[in-house]
Amino acid sequence: MAVVISKVKQKDNLLDAVRTISGIDVRSCLQCKKCSNGCPVNTIAGTRPSEIIRQLQLSMDDKILESDLIWACASCETCFSRCPMKIDMAAVMDALRKIAVQKHDSRQKGNVHLFNKSFLKTVKMFGRTYDLGMIAAYKFGTANYFQDTDKFPMMLKKGKIALLPSFKGDKKFIKKIFARKQVKN
Amino acid sequence: MKYAYYPGCSAESTARDQYMSVNEVAKALGIELIEPKGWTCCGSTPGHHTDKLLSIALPAANLLMAKKMGLDMVVFCAACYNRMKVANHEIKNNPEIRKEIAATLGEDYDGSVKIHHFVEVLIKDIGIKKLQDAFTHSLDGLKVASYYGCLLVRPKDVTNFDDPENPILMDSLVTIMGGESVDWPHKVECCGGGFALTRTDIVVELSNSILSMAKTSGAQCVSVACPMCQINLDMRQSDISKAKNKDYQMPVVYISQLVGLCLGISPEKLGMDKCVVSPKAVIESVKVG
Repeated sequence: MAVVISKVKQKDNLLDAVRTISGIDVRSCLQCKKCSNGCPVNTIAGTRPSEIIRQLQLSMDDKILESDLIWACASCETCFSRCPMKIDMAAVMDALRKIAVQKHDSRQKGNVHLFNKSFLKTVKMFGRTYDLGMIAAYKFGTANYFQDTDKFPMMLKKGKIALLPSFKGDKKFIKKIFARKQVKN
Repeated sequence: MKYAYYPGCSAESTARDQYMSVNEVAKALGIELIEPKGWTCCGSTPGHHTDKLLSIALPAANLLMAKKMGLDMVVFCAACYNRMKVANHEIKNNPEIRKEIAATLGEDYDGSVKIHHFVEVLIKDIGIKKLQDAFTHSLDGLKVASYYGCLLVRPKDVTNFDDPENPILMDSLVTIMGGESVDWPHKVECCGGGFALTRTDIVVELSNSILSMAKTSGAQCVSVACPMCQINLDMRQSDISKAKNKDYQMPVVYISQLVGLCLGISPEKLGMDKCVVSPKAVIESVKVG
């Protein structure tokens, strides 16, 4: 890996921001690369988890937020479960995604953030997810209307997707949870 | 035997077959599953992608319901199972988080509700002897690749399901049912999980690798314990066929459906008509005795 160290302002340090959000300190990483060897998406994303950690340690912040890996990470936790230093890399990725969204700074291929928003919107509305509503909101946002349309007739015929949302979820807690989250953000 | 049962949102949509089969098997074995009234979403991957507190508060709300029922929680979906275990773990080990969650929900929850996967209930609570007595049918040597995926087994300290690299719980169920448990290396590989819509490229790539290994290892079907694994491995076979020119025709069934078949329950009642790749070979392998 070619290392290019660029100057960043200390107060905007990603390493500290990640630690504040996730409670995880990646400075203890030994660079043994067990995480990278087990990572199922590193070849697809073109970056390895151990590289992200090294970049965090070296404050190569711009490079990290541009990496496809932070959006391609499937949170499979293989990295964490094999890490000899018990660094929860999946939680580090959660923190990096959150920072990338806050900074509007990501070049992700799929729009994972839009999907997350669409998903949680249905949870907030109904207390449970509503697949069709979530898919519609996501497709509308990405303007990619034709993806998987070939599968819908089959799914409807087999009863493999619900037409209507569930109205059985008790929204007592849901309202409180989302209200408090908004206050905190 | 009585439990609180959390079906998870997919049980009402993409995984009705999982819901049907779990209920049928529970009924046949005398397990009473009571759904907490008004259960809500666990937040799944979008929850922990978005905010840590949100990702703990959502499952904790449901665990609080089970606590009030005075029952252990049974879950089938591996994602819900994992999110609930994480919530318990965080609340138990982090007093600050427990306080935040109490302030959010308006009630304190201590992280004490025990969470079991349905497979754990079958093997550990019902037990091998009772299962053997209850089975009227056998898989008759059917070669089954047990696929555990990520969220049941990882992180080990949080889920405590089984060995994180080589779990055997589902394999032992397959053996008890008279099937041949395939020894294969992709038991705990990732299928792409919640990327079905956003990064289909990843799901196709990872699911292809799992199905390819199952086929090479001689499996006649893949058995799963998670609705996301099921839909990715089953429904994406047509996309894999287009992208990779590989036509596996590999049935992907829930372990609860296999158990149901061995209890003599009809494939229709187990929702097996909802599989995308025909599970005919699986159903036909089941023999009396």
